[in-house]
Amino acid sequence: MPDSSLLDQVKDFANRPNPYPIYAKLRRNPVSRQDDGTEDGTWVASTHGTIARLLQDPRVSSDTLPPADRPRTGNPLTDLIVKPLKDWMMDRHRVFIFRDPPDHDALRSAVMHQFSRERVQAMRARSDRLVADLLDEKRDAREIDAVDDLAYPLPVTVICELFGVPREDEPKFHGWATQLATALEPDSLSNPEIRAKNSRTFDAIGGYMADLIKEKRRHPQDDMLSGLANHATPAGVKMGDYDLIATSILMLVAGHETTVNLITNGLLTLLRHPDELERLRQDPMRAPRLIEELLRYEPPVQFRTRRTLSAIDIAGVTIPEGADLVLLLAAGNRDESVFPEPERFDPDRTGIRHLGFGGSLHYCVGAPLARFEAEAALTALARRLKAPRLVEDPPPYRQGAALRGPEHLRVAIDGIA
Amino acid sequence: MSTRADASSGSPPGLRVSVDLNLCQAYAQCCYAAPRHFRIEGHEALFYDPAPAAEDRDDIERARVACPVQAIRVEDPGRGV
Amino acid sequence: MAPAERAVVVGAGLAGLRGAEALREAGFSGSLTIVGAEPHLPYDRPPLSKHVLAGAIPAHATTLPHGLGADVDWQLGTPAAGLDRKAGTVRLADGRALPYDRLLIATGTRARPWPNPHEGRLAGVFTLRGRDDAAALRRALAAGPRRVLVIGGGFIGCEVASLCRQLGLPVTLVEPSPTPLARVLGRTIGAFIGAIHAGHGVDLRCGSEVEWLEGEGGRLVRAHCTDGSRIEAELAVVALGAVRNTEWLDGAGLSADPGGVECDGAGYVLDAEGHPDPQIAAAGDVARFPHPLYDGRRVALEHWSHAVAQAAHAGRLLAGAPPDAAYGALPTFWSTQGDLVVKSAGLTEGADAVAITQGNPADGRFIALYGRAGRCIAAVSVDSARWLPAHAEMVATGAPFPPEGAATDRPKGIAIFDPGFS
Repeated sequence: MPDSSLLDQVKDFANRPNPYPIYAKLRRNPVSRQDDGTEDGTWVASTHGTIARLLQDPRVSSDTLPPADRPRTGNPLTDLIVKPLKDWMMDRHRVFIFRDPPDHDALRSAVMHQFSRERVQAMRARSDRLVADLLDEKRDAREIDAVDDLAYPLPVTVICELFGVPREDEPKFHGWATQLATALEPDSLSNPEIRAKNSRTFDAIGGYMADLIKEKRRHPQDDMLSGLANHATPAGVKMGDYDLIATSILMLVAGHETTVNLITNGLLTLLRHPDELERLRQDPMRAPRLIEELLRYEPPVQFRTRRTLSAIDIAGVTIPEGADLVLLLAAGNRDESVFPEPERFDPDRTGIRHLGFGGSLHYCVGAPLARFEAEAALTALARRLKAPRLVEDPPPYRQGAALRGPEHLRVAIDGIA
Repeated sequence: MSTRADASSGSPPGLRVSVDLNLCQAYAQCCYAAPRHFRIEGHEALFYDPAPAAEDRDDIERARVACPVQAIRVEDPGRGV
Repeated sequence: MAPAERAVVVGAGLAGLRGAEALREAGFSGSLTIVGAEPHLPYDRPPLSKHVLAGAIPAHATTLPHGLGADVDWQLGTPAAGLDRKAGTVRLADGRALPYDRLLIATGTRARPWPNPHEGRLAGVFTLRGRDDAAALRRALAAGPRRVLVIGGGFIGCEVASLCRQLGLPVTLVEPSPTPLARVLGRTIGAFIGAIHAGHGVDLRCGSEVEWLEGEGGRLVRAHCTDGSRIEAELAVVALGAVRNTEWLDGAGLSADPGGVECDGAGYVLDAEGHPDPQIAAAGDVARFPHPLYDGRRVALEHWSHAVAQAAHAGRLLAGAPPDAAYGALPTFWSTQGDLVVKSAGLTEGADAVAITQGNPADGRFIALYGRAGRCIAAVSVDSARWLPAHAEMVATGAPFPPEGAATDRPKGIAIFDPGFS
């Protein structure tokens, strides 16, 4: 069975430090059917061309979540009335990454309207300050954990400030966000235990958000949640409470769980390429190019799932209607027919059309924030860390295969400038 | 030789920017990177400053590299195209 | 290649510039001369009808970025007046002759003038093609005319009319067809887009024609239409399409006429007997060539991306690339009309059906797919650019029309319309 287990190998935690050789094997067949224990299997697209095509194909749907299904509690009132009602609400008010146009477009437009250039610019300056403060705290250290000391707290604070989540509540989100991020891992969708846990977490965070939204209506402030709760877009789109809750949770989780990987993967890659670290130290304006190459080379989101609404002929195969799709973004990013010497980290590549932020209608909303945060973090690390060395390589990884990144990144230093 | 045109006639010094609006799909990444030089009107009409000042080159560079479809072309007399 | 070789590019627009760049990038190291009729370095035209007319940027800010460096002999402000293929020279209007070993013809088009020259010279009557046109029209718009008349409902006409609305100026657009954009998009889609413009306050007078322009003291005061109506306007923009600049090729023994200069599939120009001249290529608006995606139908395309792609092809060809690869990029264009973006892939000509495959015209955002004899031949997006690539591929591969099966944001049953070209 030449291909049958490759997707399993991608998911296998043992391959987390380096899934790229598996991706290379998958690319031999641009689109392949992989056994996943179900009758229909999962279809995997692994080359740049096929992924880019499927991302923008209207026959490909983002509505991949199975219907909500809360665990039974044994309490008839809860199980027969509250549970179906809550499940129905959840299905009706899915977050827009799991929805198609026209609903998707309306919800997303409301978010984009509040995700204004001014707000993002303000967070750009704020990121520089936050990075400086976080590194100052470690001034006398001889070792840092790039995840706990910088890469995690930075995006968390940024997204919480942007949304208007009170600082003292930030810690609550850590656990919630980590749990809910598993919804992007394909296996968790079919795992009843994980789904039950996600469902409970969703209720907890949903309850918190409902209260916060009430507060933002009573006392609007200059933050995204106040804007979403109180104002319509110029086209007249204003979210109802359930959509607003679901959307807020999505944004907060995405802000927690992705940029951390970009920053950590970035520092890891720079420490593995000391010449690039040195060049960045000398010329901070290498950062924008370097970050794009990073999004190609070690993207924080390795793949996304989709479903076909009709049969699709592509790359010599026919994906049937109703098929589960995995778009292996990170594999397409190392497609040798698009990127010469794809296994080489080279910020001087020209015209990088990476798939790191996905593409088409669902292109990452937070991409501009991620870029600014990564630029702030990586330029400061390059400038201020004295003689940084990796303590362990590879570092320990977090569980996720889709949202992939180190759990900790221990770096020995001679101090912080 | 003939009337070799003065390359600077009528043109202020600074950067030159052009965007292939065929490629552009209004991802708006340039608008976040360089908000004073790029903006989207309506759903997807990109308006951009084709002649930014040289001191804005860092933001223009951020916009150029961030473009998901690589539609932005910049000429920087100070640094080459 | 002998370094003493001389390349001449006639036409200092987008196609001339990109062709010259491609020559250099493909390794041509001889002398390079670029001839331009206007005194300006190559500039970008699309911003003229938008940014420049809106006053957002001065006309001279549209100068194009380029990678040619200093090693170019710019002959600007002196149009080419003749071509002597025997002698291998381009004659300039000032009488000088430029010898060439390789020649790229990229002289483009000019605005079709108002047919009555006397009326066309009235103050307040403008055409819009070049950077100086745009600067002059901008000054006139900034003076706050009581009403602007746009003559012609093609892309430039629609762009100017919607721009006037953005400036808060009353505007009347007169178009002989029943809808704007009818010639390129057909009446069905033209009507959808016309409705959007009417909704923004453009006074659309379709099915009528301006018969004559009346002046007082040398200034435009009103226009008289064939339906007997009069339009009081002190400013008129004549947007009646373009004329190809081929007159300078008279007597050169090439197959050239007002429809363009004929090329073979590779990009070489054809002489009067239909034989390619391997020293001369043409690109951009002026080049008429057999398009492989449309059964070799001869077309001349006035599209920005076409100028870029065909010029790059022609530049490589003149630098010595093998001529066997035919140029055949899928034609694409865009038009920004106010804050509405219309994009297209393929050629609608000959379409016998059109379907709305994504979105909803009533919401102002949709994709129209054009079919001919059961195959997709063109797609037009209105504020739906991210759906266009998938449809462009259906066009490029000649996929069956209408498309079958479910898709996101697609009406349950796809309605098929008469595109309305007849």
